[in-house]
Amino acid sequence: MMLTDLPLLVEVALKAVVVLAAFLTLPLALGQLEHKLMGHMQGRLGPMEAGPHGILQLVADGIKFVQKEDVTPAAADRHVFRLAPAVALIPYLVALAAIPFSAAWVAAEVPASLLFVLAATSVGVIGTLMAGWGSGNKYSLLGGMRAGAQLVSYELPLVLSAASVALAAGTLSLTGIVEAWSWWWLLWQAPAAFVFLVASVAELQRTPFDAPIADAEIVFGAFTEYTGLRFAFFLLAEYAGMVVMAVLFTVLFLGGWRGPWGDVAAVGAMWTLVKATAVGALFLWMRVAWPRVREDQLQRLAWLVLLPIGLLQLAITAAGVVVLS
Amino acid sequence: MSGLDVLFLAVGLVTAGSGLLAVMSVRVLHAALWLVVTLGGLAGCYLVLGAELVALVQLLVYVGAVVVLVLFALMLTRSGGVPVVTSLPQRGASALVGAGTTILLGGALLATLGDGRAEVTGPDSTAVATGIFGTYVWPFELLSVLLLLALVAGVAVARAPVGGREGEQA
Repeated sequence: MMLTDLPLLVEVALKAVVVLAAFLTLPLALGQLEHKLMGHMQGRLGPMEAGPHGILQLVADGIKFVQKEDVTPAAADRHVFRLAPAVALIPYLVALAAIPFSAAWVAAEVPASLLFVLAATSVGVIGTLMAGWGSGNKYSLLGGMRAGAQLVSYELPLVLSAASVALAAGTLSLTGIVEAWSWWWLLWQAPAAFVFLVASVAELQRTPFDAPIADAEIVFGAFTEYTGLRFAFFLLAEYAGMVVMAVLFTVLFLGGWRGPWGDVAAVGAMWTLVKATAVGALFLWMRVAWPRVREDQLQRLAWLVLLPIGLLQLAITAAGVVVLS
Repeated sequence: MSGLDVLFLAVGLVTAGSGLLAVMSVRVLHAALWLVVTLGGLAGCYLVLGAELVALVQLLVYVGAVVVLVLFALMLTRSGGVPVVTSLPQRGASALVGAGTTILLGGALLATLGDGRAEVTGPDSTAVATGIFGTYVWPFELLSVLLLLALVAGVAVARAPVGGREGEQA
């Protein structure tokens, strides 16, 4: 890349701008895809009015959010309430900076980037807890508690399945994992991929694991009292989280930018985006296909299904590594 | 002073300041949130000192899990918003203990290391791994057995019938 010829400060600023642009556009693209894909899966059109085929729907939504009044409830813990959306959103921005889209396309090359991304995304839950507490509303508090219980439970299978891939590749660097990847890992690491996919949907609190924001039971959980831009930030955090998890899944389990025609310039990044879009579509499909899981079923799935599979996969991976080396 | 020194000083000040606020907050939940900042700042200190693995594990385990459990417990017991009122003598005594510990630890560090500069060389993750799973594998395994015992004991305590025979207790 020619980027290395630039002065350090210019390079850093340029990369930051690119990451911020990706952070603001990719979640919107995924949100638009969700509108249309869900519509067609349910035998309806989805948004059609704003722009050709409703392509400007999310822009219209954004304008609507900006116009709304920013309300802080009287019973709220003011500072905690107002800071919560930022705490929920920023970890995903930090995580996105360390995820490689191709061997050269990575904003921040961190030695242990897998651990970095997992550590950054694990901080986001504090934003939800702050929102749940700070709103001064019992439904928000219930939602926050559900979110806390769910995220702590699903963190373990998520980290275990990621650890399995790191063990197979012999490195904690995401770039190194993709370099070590070969096609038969699709079978070898299939249980880990399953665990990671389910756990990441649960971490994102999306249907079927959306008990923390179940609108029919607890209004909208931790986000009940939020209006306008602050509410939009929580939505952006959810979709940015989907982007991060989809790209992370691609890099860990689907070989990232590996594909036909080699890693030439933008072709690699294109492969990553194509694969990540497929994973993102899978997230959307789950939302359409399944009803909400009950709270006790949710915990049972984490501890009695995903955790044993994750541990078994670690044993299989370890045996494979010993045999192969 | 190099750039790293300035960064370390800044992160250290943030850590110390938020630590103080965590102790002095009137509401327990605010104290827990300041603790998040303190632990995150500590991870920053590790990072500046070149121990990136320890920094990331600190973030993943303490900020991402332990403090989340603390916040969860506070929400469950509804004690987070209740102001904690302590008497003046108690505050004075705790300030004394805190200052004493700081002076003792700082003094011990200064006495052993002196005024000289130490080279900052954080071990990479491979070195940490060979240390834990090679040289110190037995202490490490003993620790995991200890944690397992604590876990089993916790389940036993939680399941023990509270007064009266089993079955009578609602």
